[in-house]
Amino acid sequence: MPSTTRFGSRHRSAALVATAALLAAGVAGCGSSDASTAAASSPSVSASASTTAGVVGIRDPWVKAADKGMTAAFGTLVNDADTDVTITGASTEASPMELHEMTMKDGKMVMQAKPGGIVIKAKSTHVLEPGGDHLMLMDVKRPVQAGDELSFTLTFADGRTQTFSAVAKPFTGAQESYAPGHGANPTPGMSMSPAS
Amino acid sequence: MSQVPAPRPVSRRGLLTGGALAAGGALAGVAGVTVIGDQQAEDRADSLTGAVPVAAVGTTVEPFHGPRQAGVATDPQAHASFVALALRPDVDRAAAGRMLRLLTDDAARLTQGQPALADTEAELGLLPARLTVTFGFGPGLYRAAGVDDRRPASVADLPSFRIDRLQPAWCGGDLLLQICADDPITVAHAQRVLIKDSRPFATVRWVQQGFRRSPGVEPDGRTQRNLFGQLDGTANPLPGTPMDAAVWVPDGPAWLRDSTTLVVRRISMNLETWDLLGRPDRELASGRRLDTGAPLTGTAEHDEPDFAATDADGLTVIPDFSHLTRAHVTDDRQRILRRPYNYDGAPTAEGHADSGLIFTSYQADIARQFLPIQRRLAERDLLNEWTTPIGSAVFAIPPGCPSDGWIGEQVLG
Repeated sequence: MPSTTRFGSRHRSAALVATAALLAAGVAGCGSSDASTAAASSPSVSASASTTAGVVGIRDPWVKAADKGMTAAFGTLVNDADTDVTITGASTEASPMELHEMTMKDGKMVMQAKPGGIVIKAKSTHVLEPGGDHLMLMDVKRPVQAGDELSFTLTFADGRTQTFSAVAKPFTGAQESYAPGHGANPTPGMSMSPAS
Repeated sequence: MSQVPAPRPVSRRGLLTGGALAAGGALAGVAGVTVIGDQQAEDRADSLTGAVPVAAVGTTVEPFHGPRQAGVATDPQAHASFVALALRPDVDRAAAGRMLRLLTDDAARLTQGQPALADTEAELGLLPARLTVTFGFGPGLYRAAGVDDRRPASVADLPSFRIDRLQPAWCGGDLLLQICADDPITVAHAQRVLIKDSRPFATVRWVQQGFRRSPGVEPDGRTQRNLFGQLDGTANPLPGTPMDAAVWVPDGPAWLRDSTTLVVRRISMNLETWDLLGRPDRELASGRRLDTGAPLTGTAEHDEPDFAATDADGLTVIPDFSHLTRAHVTDDRQRILRRPYNYDGAPTAEGHADSGLIFTSYQADIARQFLPIQRRLAERDLLNEWTTPIGSAVFAIPPGCPSDGWIGEQVLG
């Protein structure tokens, strides 16, 4: 049934394109806040609500739930403007933060602070994902529980800021080793381990 | 088809006669077509004219958001997984809410053909194949959340029945995830995503996986066959007003209106002892013909049974002990909506089947609808000789949610 197979492939390509577009729908419409569930959560900011008015669009933001230590936030950054945009910092009440990238060190992928910040080219998107660039929470003050909503503020090179919220997902991946400073060896024990 | 016994002198379908088989066999050799009789030729024509393109099976979407949850009145999909979770001891109202927000978001995305948020196998989320995810709340969820006053009164442990041989491993559960789609990979992926997001809050109590005919195999709207070969679900309320009256709670507070209830029973079907019956006995036990599903007093599946009709010996044509007689109701408010799936486990070393039915019954009120029928069946249904309930669970199916809401918000919000 070669014709079916070919049709299936074409269809899949179309579906992928459609999916990429649909991802713009933003974080769970159902993830509306519940202030009682997490002290660290922002009571009313919904990620989808913040995507249109901000400097960049932020699609499908999420943060990896963690009981303690390091964790990270992810999502897709969309720059509809005609000029590049650079994120120079991120912050949250829950933890000190850094902008991180993944890089090869001594034959091993490790994460480190991203020099110069995260650049989102004009008219393009930049994906923050496990194994790639991400917003690093260096040491959470209290457990980030599955289903919590955390509020984040991005700072851009021109001084503008943008706030968004991300839901905490149980996630066992994204256990990257952390190599603080350029050229340093990975620090033993400093990794993004899953929440219990 | 060669194994079809011929205890009756004349079959109503040419298919069952030796001549048709022989002719069909010859045809099959020449043209590569299947053996079909006249009735089946008509059916096949129906299915061809109504046929959907292959790709449409994968891309067809069922709505997720709305006043009522999908997966109840939805035309049954081919594959189902019923996942019953037990809440961890520390889960309270707030934690249950966080869990249901996560799971609702997963369901809302996957049912629409989008990967879940943080989906580790995003490509598996692109073909929804009519995926529905239906959430059910067991009595334990209401207790854990401290909202037992919002539990529908009839959502409680069922009384025990004489015929029950219940195994704890197939019983109970605080949260049910009913996952249905026309493709088993879609079901498997949705199950994986939903269970992963539930793990901080719950453990898996039982999982029952079942199947029906695949899409396109026969025309839409056909009553499904169980592994006894019986049409199963003929007496379901019709879509529209009759189904509404039977299934959905019409009014009341927000956590009840547009809700329903679900009884899941795992019913083992003993194919070994069923094999000992001839065709006439099988039909007397059910009260219906095996081929058409017609009552023994009729000719078509949906003919009204005539329980007063007698044969030459003065016996009722439809025996009093038949399944049809015992299960029969006429008032839509007494009906139940059955949406069963077959299961077929691995046979034993001796070749004995592990087959049966994931019986599901949806009704506005378990006490008003399911229990009277179940009592009559438990008391005197000849089919009990070959069927054994080995699992049982009850759930409320809370109302649906709008696109900015979550399943359970009326109960836990």
